[in-house]
Amino acid sequence: MSSPMSGSTASPIESAISGDLHTVGSSVERNDGVGHVTGQTHYTADLSFPGMLHLKVVRSPVHHARILGVDTSEAEKVKGFVRVLTHADVPHNVYTILGLIGVEPEEEFVLPVDRVRYKGEPIVAILAETEAAAYEAVAKVRLDLEELPAVFDMDEALAPGAPVVTHWGNNTFMYEGWPCRRIRFGDVKAGMAQADYVVEGEYRTSPIEHAPLETTGAIAVPDAGRYTVYTNTQAVYFSLDNTSIILEVAPNKLRFIGGTVGGGFGGKVDVIVEPLATLGAMLTGRPVRYVYNRSEEMQVSSTRASETIRITDGVMADGTIVARKVVNLFDCGAYSRQTPYSITKFAANAAGPYTIPNVYVDAYCVYTNRTPTSAMRGFGVTMGHFAVEVQMDKIAERCGLDPWTVRFRNAHRNGDIKPHRKVTADATLIETMQAAAKLVGHELPPDLAAMTSAPRDELEGDR
Amino acid sequence: MAKLRGTGMAAVNYPTGMNLGGDPSQALIHATTSGSFNVVLAATDLGQGLRTVMAQVAAETLGVPYDQIVIQTADTDTGPHDMGTFASRATHRVGNAVRLAAIEARESVLRLASEELEVAVEDLVLDGVGGVFVAGSPSKRLGIADLASRAQFQYGRTIAGRGAWMKPKSPVDPETGAMDPDSTQAYACTVVEVEVDTDTGMVAVLSIRSAYEVGRMINPALVQGQITGGAWMGMSHALYETTEPYYPSRESSPKDFAGYLMPGPAEGPVIESVVLEVPSANGPYGIKGVGEMTANSPIPAIVNAIYHACGVRVDSLPVTPEAILRGLDALAASTASATEEPRA
Repeated sequence: MSSPMSGSTASPIESAISGDLHTVGSSVERNDGVGHVTGQTHYTADLSFPGMLHLKVVRSPVHHARILGVDTSEAEKVKGFVRVLTHADVPHNVYTILGLIGVEPEEEFVLPVDRVRYKGEPIVAILAETEAAAYEAVAKVRLDLEELPAVFDMDEALAPGAPVVTHWGNNTFMYEGWPCRRIRFGDVKAGMAQADYVVEGEYRTSPIEHAPLETTGAIAVPDAGRYTVYTNTQAVYFSLDNTSIILEVAPNKLRFIGGTVGGGFGGKVDVIVEPLATLGAMLTGRPVRYVYNRSEEMQVSSTRASETIRITDGVMADGTIVARKVVNLFDCGAYSRQTPYSITKFAANAAGPYTIPNVYVDAYCVYTNRTPTSAMRGFGVTMGHFAVEVQMDKIAERCGLDPWTVRFRNAHRNGDIKPHRKVTADATLIETMQAAAKLVGHELPPDLAAMTSAPRDELEGDR
Repeated sequence: MAKLRGTGMAAVNYPTGMNLGGDPSQALIHATTSGSFNVVLAATDLGQGLRTVMAQVAAETLGVPYDQIVIQTADTDTGPHDMGTFASRATHRVGNAVRLAAIEARESVLRLASEELEVAVEDLVLDGVGGVFVAGSPSKRLGIADLASRAQFQYGRTIAGRGAWMKPKSPVDPETGAMDPDSTQAYACTVVEVEVDTDTGMVAVLSIRSAYEVGRMINPALVQGQITGGAWMGMSHALYETTEPYYPSRESSPKDFAGYLMPGPAEGPVIESVVLEVPSANGPYGIKGVGEMTANSPIPAIVNAIYHACGVRVDSLPVTPEAILRGLDALAASTASATEEPRA
């Protein structure tokens, strides 16, 4: 198999694909660039409509509490107050955004009934004539909360007697009857027994905010018996379909308009603002604007999950990994949102770009009273890469090898079977590492420089 | 005390797209009377330049200049279904849908041209810049703009196309984890140089040098944008960002950009890259995707470089100056006890 790659590093971008293409492959000027840099691009929050109301929510000041009472009488006296939205106004109040692709159970409360599970969870929403009036009314809502013990650590959340975050009695998400997303490939016990060394690592990561310049927001506008929703969602149909479920309104009564997002990074696929804005428009007949302020974006929008990744590798003296056991705890916070799927992606990539014959993965989605976590750039894979690639350096050190050699020796190649039983295709790890070595002037030994991603049996010609 | 330099590396793969529930995108294309084409989608541009690369795919496939394409997107009253922009899926999925829609629209152009020029469709060639000509006879040429106008006013026909592309649903076997979770894989290898200040614990990232293999690049400048932004984001994840700086205390979490630590321009390292292009089997024009992955390899490369520089292994992110200083203290203590050992 000949490598189609070019060997030159003369230009910052090198391309081995030739052909008489006219536009594909050219750095044409962005068709939205002028609008972005001259301020002509319209973002959701730039829009305004006659009679538009402003929606702000009353948020839990504590991490975990029973709701004993909500008194809005003083808030209602604020000049410009229009109405309050409570859980009783939400037709389908308990939902899960991945319900659209069959994920169960429904778990998140649009507005909670009797318990708040994280600090900043919305309790009731206020609609007012101005943003200032909405804030003033929010400040005057009196909450009667009975604080409950909260849990912020995943190992503690899994221990007997831990405070229960979910409405079903324990703190784990179930994957089709299993308490974690599993990979079972080969025989890890036998692999470990055969290994010269066992290399262990425990890796921990912190929650991270997407920190987009444009905060999450939506404006819902009544339009002749339908509702037009302007939104900065990353997925207009996904948001429309979830809003339709939560409000029990036919999808064709909704029109979602978006398409320009001022920074997403996975932070704008949670469908939090659209249902309440649309509900407000339905109940008042007026346009309703619900746009996060910076503090809401930083404090209550979903984060990247905190992870605790424990890896045990069985390694031969030459650096070959013969067995890997991974137990990962993913902290989904109080509601799981997109995290169960993120964990599936983690499991699929737990071997990294390496061929390991025996792999065992248990990846748990653990509920705590931390801020809900959801999608973020690299979805389940980014922190797995952190753990796997630091682990590779530890393996190299244990075996007395340099970091390049251990990676080349384990690199997956086309035709190799991955732990999730997909045959490796389109692989170029080896060629990419060779190009990086060349870029930084690291001279590879001849055996590594001569490797390719071609299938292992191609040279032998035995298949 | 000293400033110690070290080098670290990391190599990663990254999956394009997802599959749960099936992962479809669709596109519609129609010609205006002037021969420009409107591409109607429901996909979202996150700032990465999706509108631009979709216009490039449409222009390439239709054989018209890039500026003849108008992208209209993300209005559910007009745009056909799309799952959304995430999972490094948009250029791959939506690009495939646009390409298929453009192929169908191109067929209606060629059928009309074959009638006008009285030759078989198979004998026609697109010149790629807005014209159709008879193979071997470049002078027997018609402009696509003319054909579009005649389709409207003489023939009463549409010049239009529909495209749909889907990654079929692949349920996960809950016992073994067997699944088909992606469409293809892109690769990266990053080498980082750092300098650790052993007085302050501060880490300066001096350079981030990477090789990428992302399938065909539709727009190399936009690929570079992802590489530069991702290098910065990876550095930020490795050394700076957390919403819980005092965890397990949840107090004092940042409320704004002033309180949320991220590197600024002064902390920016040298960022260099090479990009290899090995076409994927199933992406439009062989693309794979570069959206998410560029933030990944810098993180472990930085952490590995810190160890190489000063001997401190930090397995917890972010790697704060405090973690470095505590690591240096522990290292000094263990070295001291090791040197005392022979005397004991």
